[in-house]
Amino acid sequence: MTSAHRLVAEGLALGYKDRLVISSLDLQVPPGRVTAIVGANACGKSTLLRSMSRLLAPRAGHVLLDGKQVHRCPAKELARTLGLLPQSPLAPEGITVSDLVGRGRHPHQGVFSRWSRDDDAAVAAALEATNTLDLADRPVDELSGGQRQRVWIAMALAQQTDVLLLDEPTTFLDVSHQVEVLDLLTDLNRHRGTTIVMVLHDLNLAARYADHLVAMADGAIYAAGEPEAVLTADTVRAVFGLDSQVIVDPISGRPLMLPIGRHRRLQPHAAPSGPDTAGQRLA
Amino acid sequence: MTTTEATSAGGVAQLRRPRRMRLLWLLAVVAVLVVLMAVSVAVGSREVGWSDIVAALGGSADGLDRAAVSVRIPRTVLAVTVGAALAVSGAVMQGVTRNPLADPGILGVNMGAALAVVIGIAWFGLTSATGYIWTAIVGAGISAVFVYVIGSLGRGGPMPLKLALAGAATSAAFVSFITAIALPRNDIGANVRSWQIGGVGGASFDRIGQLTPFLVAGFVICLLSARGMNTLALGDDVAAGLGERVALTRAVAALGAVLLCGASTAIAGPIGFVGLVIPHLCRLLVGPDHRWLLPFSALTGAGLLTAADVLGRIVARPSEIDVGIVTALIGAPFFIVVVRRHKVRAL
Repeated sequence: MTSAHRLVAEGLALGYKDRLVISSLDLQVPPGRVTAIVGANACGKSTLLRSMSRLLAPRAGHVLLDGKQVHRCPAKELARTLGLLPQSPLAPEGITVSDLVGRGRHPHQGVFSRWSRDDDAAVAAALEATNTLDLADRPVDELSGGQRQRVWIAMALAQQTDVLLLDEPTTFLDVSHQVEVLDLLTDLNRHRGTTIVMVLHDLNLAARYADHLVAMADGAIYAAGEPEAVLTADTVRAVFGLDSQVIVDPISGRPLMLPIGRHRRLQPHAAPSGPDTAGQRLA
Repeated sequence: MTTTEATSAGGVAQLRRPRRMRLLWLLAVVAVLVVLMAVSVAVGSREVGWSDIVAALGGSADGLDRAAVSVRIPRTVLAVTVGAALAVSGAVMQGVTRNPLADPGILGVNMGAALAVVIGIAWFGLTSATGYIWTAIVGAGISAVFVYVIGSLGRGGPMPLKLALAGAATSAAFVSFITAIALPRNDIGANVRSWQIGGVGGASFDRIGQLTPFLVAGFVICLLSARGMNTLALGDDVAAGLGERVALTRAVAALGAVLLCGASTAIAGPIGFVGLVIPHLCRLLVGPDHRWLLPFSALTGAGLLTAADVLGRIVARPSEIDVGIVTALIGAPFFIVVVRRHKVRAL
């Protein structure tokens, strides 16, 4: 399974009622790679993701998947190529893990078609990939936060889309589960070539796991590219209004952002590092 | 990779909620329903011997005893159909609004249908059953939209409690309108009152026949919406991500629910709580999958209304208590349990 689907936003303007969140945005999602979108609260990153998965119609411009406007595609057809996991979804009470994951097969089923062997295989593979096979018969309400998130990802996997959009898949998870989820998504990308676009809160995890990092500020893209080029002290200051020092993550070799607050500094004289120092440290 | 997928696919098929359990429950529910129907034909305010019951089932209506039984047959059929329709309507309303408190009675839809019928009787000389049905469906539809809009105003959209409050307030207003219209009219007062409490006593196969096309349409629409409602249950965003056209699915399913409860209200009057109680019970039995939940609700709802009707006939011998009163007596405590257990959270 290779994913050569091109997901592109051109001149996109988005908003709710009388409020314009994004005025004119261009974005190219590199096919077969992991893209992470970061930015301050309310900068429009979730709005952008909603629009790319056709939950929100654009005011102007368009989102193109393989050259076709997603907002004009038949809903089910699109859902076989492009999957979405929204932020903290709620499962109906009493639903079992396998039932929930099975509902990911919806776009592959017609009104009258019965559950098929393909459906069984897809659900099994999704449960296996997310390490939730032994939870299959448990009610979702009884699971821990980390398990529940893996089950939702399994549902998205059962949908078997080549492009997967995730809105903060690590929210409310403790650090070990955050890493687990991001490792899982990386596996998915490496083994199946699934194009992944996710909104992430944690800059450092985003820089570590993304091939392509998009930093948004005030409804526009401030910087986009390889994490090394995007995650600089300048970007952090522009996007979050925070002074920081960016060093090389000794684990991954990717950039690692250390925030500088008003307290707890060993060298109060050390000015916030500019792009040069960050570049030197990275080099 | 392929071999592991194949083996674990078999494992998952076994792991999925055992079909056999559901089928066993299905058989049990059908058996109980058949017994209840038999009791409903056999038992009433007049005691009748077995030979007369058998003769009446064969079509004979000679003599008082056989006549009494031959009246009970369409009455039983009506209780079964109306119970099934109300239960499915309630299950669909709960699914469409993701609201554990949704029910044609609580959301004010039944009273909307009732008000429309009373207006029809009082001002437009409505007498035919078909006229009742069309009027009731239109009234049910208007009040469903009205309550949904009122309950969606303000922050947070259509939350369970807001919808229930909007429905309760609307119901109360409709009840007083009905009283205001019917009270000064001696000519229709008694007629309206007995119909309004809800009953299956006046059943005839003629009226059931007129009801049938509407109920069939309602059942078909609801059952075809089952899979769509399964995705709606995951939230609008997930449902849309799965390729469901959320607004359309919701509107179509709601139309099915309105057809069912409007048509049954037209013939039996507003009967509350069946649509609330039954789907919750059935969820405990078969889980939240609407493809199982709706047929189960239909069977169990039919059983409950039949049982309530029989109970109403026995308790107040030689008189009768209307079925709407009995279901309210069963339903009210259940409503409190549901509210306490769910803490009125969304489905």
